[in-house]
Amino acid sequence: MANYTLHINNKNYRVEVEEDTPLLWVLRDNLGLVGTKYGCGIAQCGACTVHLNGTAVRSCVLPVSAIGAKKITTIEGLSANGEHPVQKAWSELDVPQCGYCQAGQMMTASAFLSKNPKPSSEQIEEAMNGNICRCGTYHRIREAVALAATKRK
Amino acid sequence: MAGGGLLLSFRWTNALAAPLPESAAGEVSFNSYLSISPDNVITILSPNPEVGQNIKTSFPMIVAEELDADWKNVKVVQANLDTQKFNRQATAGSGAMQHSWDRLRKAGATARLMLMEAAAKRWNVSSATLTTENGFVWHKESGRKLNYGALATEAATLPVPTEVKFKAKKDYKLIGKPIHNVDNAEMITGKPLYGLDVYREGMLLAMIERPPFGTKIKSADVAAAKAMPGIVDVVIFKDKVAVVGKSTWQVTKARKLLKVEYEPDGAVESTTDHDRLMKQLLDKQDVKPSRKDGDVEAVFKTAAKLITREYQAPFLSHACMEPMNFFAHVRSDGVELIGPAQLPEDTRKNVAKLLGVDIEKITLEMTRMGGGFGRRQRSDYSMEAAELSSLLKAPIKVMWTREDDMRGGQYRPAMIYRFQAALDADGNWIGYRMRGVGVNSGNSTRPDHFPAGAVPNFLVDSIDHKSPITTSPWRAPSENFLGFAEQSFFDEIATAANRDPIEYRLAYLEKAKKSPVGAVKYDIDRMKGVIELVAEKSGWGKNKKAFQGFSAYFSHGSYIAQVAEIEMQNGNPVLKKMVAAVDCGVVVNLSGAYQQVKGGIIDGLGHALYGEVTLKDGVPDQKNFDTYRLIRMKEVPDVEVHFVESTINPTGLGEPALPPAAAALANAFFKATGKRLYNQPFTKEEAMKGGKFG
Ligand code: FES
Ligand code: FES
Repeated sequence: MANYTLHINNKNYRVEVEEDTPLLWVLRDNLGLVGTKYGCGIAQCGACTVHLNGTAVRSCVLPVSAIGAKKITTIEGLSANGEHPVQKAWSELDVPQCGYCQAGQMMTASAFLSKNPKPSSEQIEEAMNGNICRCGTYHRIREAVALAATKRK
Repeated sequence: MAGGGLLLSFRWTNALAAPLPESAAGEVSFNSYLSISPDNVITILSPNPEVGQNIKTSFPMIVAEELDADWKNVKVVQANLDTQKFNRQATAGSGAMQHSWDRLRKAGATARLMLMEAAAKRWNVSSATLTTENGFVWHKESGRKLNYGALATEAATLPVPTEVKFKAKKDYKLIGKPIHNVDNAEMITGKPLYGLDVYREGMLLAMIERPPFGTKIKSADVAAAKAMPGIVDVVIFKDKVAVVGKSTWQVTKARKLLKVEYEPDGAVESTTDHDRLMKQLLDKQDVKPSRKDGDVEAVFKTAAKLITREYQAPFLSHACMEPMNFFAHVRSDGVELIGPAQLPEDTRKNVAKLLGVDIEKITLEMTRMGGGFGRRQRSDYSMEAAELSSLLKAPIKVMWTREDDMRGGQYRPAMIYRFQAALDADGNWIGYRMRGVGVNSGNSTRPDHFPAGAVPNFLVDSIDHKSPITTSPWRAPSENFLGFAEQSFFDEIATAANRDPIEYRLAYLEKAKKSPVGAVKYDIDRMKGVIELVAEKSGWGKNKKAFQGFSAYFSHGSYIAQVAEIEMQNGNPVLKKMVAAVDCGVVVNLSGAYQQVKGGIIDGLGHALYGEVTLKDGVPDQKNFDTYRLIRMKEVPDVEVHFVESTINPTGLGEPALPPAAAALANAFFKATGKRLYNQPFTKEEAMKGGKFG
């Protein structure tokens, strides 16, 4: 066990966990931030995607000891009330089916758009291809990323 | 928590919201589904389990429609299991809408009449002079109006009308519109909704090592696992080993130290065994037919042309995005169950039986499910939670990892079909024979479906091989592969007869209509309707750029025809587009309906292209998404969906779009390359090598 101070969604959290614990389980088990989902545990599905200093990472394979002072953003911290352009687009296009994959989809999309604010549809597909949606909401996800790009200031 | 505050390690937050949100103050109940509060909050309970089929939105829409409510004032609440108030709280067989359509309409329509009656009394006018609109009762003559909240308390005490007239379709304001998912706001902000999000004070986590199929525990050394930090206990029960501890990661790590040996306990089977067995069963004599018309033997002897084809499919994992999990707290005074269940009533019954506890003592709270696809119709995982909680006398959440989920069985059965058709010298289809063989597949045929009624000499039978490999319904059971096999075969028949597949199909449907042989249990006009619509919308036969493949299928009361379009790019076939025409009666929620059809098609294509679970000595070879490939965004074609305008009561939509999808693709693939696909997954077929399908 070791102590870590984590910077998540602009707050500081102190946790005592084993150092190889993946961030995903620290978020879910220790901090009650359950919006970040478990889907595979081996960086294959994207359900657990969060931002680390603004870059999308797979929290299921990110040991807590590797985070240091970097800033973490989860779906709960993407915006205060769901008004991030990606969240707005997701809502406007009624994207979710079961909804389980969607936090990860939105975290991938929002990190991608902050680096590539005016993407082509090929670039959108490339960026989103790592996130599985078992329900098959891919069309709406693609449209929502494009719509979110138009909403960004 | 205040900004910058510190949260101590290991404290379960009470992550899931309270079982039912506080009722709107002073609300009165009109029936099982509906309550209204004086401040005009319309609360509608949605009784059925939500797996992503959008029932939690579409059921309340129907109540609100007949109530003439303002959707903005509607608050939807997921009901818990309550067999007193509701029946068929089930997600199975795409049957919810067919079952509940009238009940839901009645719930809204009777309450509306009661509200009007209350207004009539208050204004001292006849209720015949009143109308309703958008959550108000109006007396147009005098220009008076009252919202439902203002009338609710009086109205709820009035007798419930026995006679109601439902709205005509043309007057619908909600039904048929694209109404957004009622859980959107919570889903997009990451609120706890799912079984895996359940955390309770004092809760322990359990992961379970399960035996390979057909084996039992020979020896288990659990000492090392038990000694690991955070581990509360290691429990052996029913040839399973459960590691129970305080955090997911500690349990994950301890589990790796288990040393468990297994020994055979029945047949220990591999995929090679199933392949051999199923082929043998294809030739079995004296099988009782499930339908027989005319004389198949005779016509096959004299036919000008005989076509025989076999189609084979592997086991599939349901691969719900949210793996299996369940929370149970067995106390001396009762049992609390929380989690994902497609058949909650079964879950409760099974837990009652397992623990020897009265059903009345068990509560079951239904969480939103990260997919179901039939997998969560089984109670194996919820019973594990109940058993462990009872053994350890603690609240417990059982969690399956993806590996557990993929290796733990309840697969779509492995299947093989043999089809035979007899044609006369003029290309007339005079004989049809079909046999289905599956591993724990039950009846894998649909003996009364097309071409039943259209072909005079007809024989269908099915054989089930019993195996320790557990299977369960998988989205559109049997039909998920039968649809492909049969619709591919029909394409071959039309090709052998030198006829256009759509024209040929329509001709035989017409034949079944004019002079049916035996019973016809599908609606021929609805089937023709979707075929004609898909032909028109896809520009069938007129599209010079694409190679088109056709299929049409009836299941769960609905009719769907599809056309797949393949284009050649740099010499490779590329699936560009799917066009679907759908007749599911009245479309309740247009947004959800599009999702079900598109999602069903993508599911059908993805699993046909990539999906496969193979076994060696009772152990599945595939463990996770690196070896069990699911379709991804880049592999998905455009999908265009057209609904038939209909006033028929709504029928199933969660499943029907899936079965015909792979056949449309395979038939287009044949047009593009001259090669047929017979076995799934397609990407392992010789014929598809070099093609670009992701
Ligand atoms: S759970 Fe991390 S990528 Fe699947
Ligand atoms: S919405 Fe169900 S997995 Fe994506």
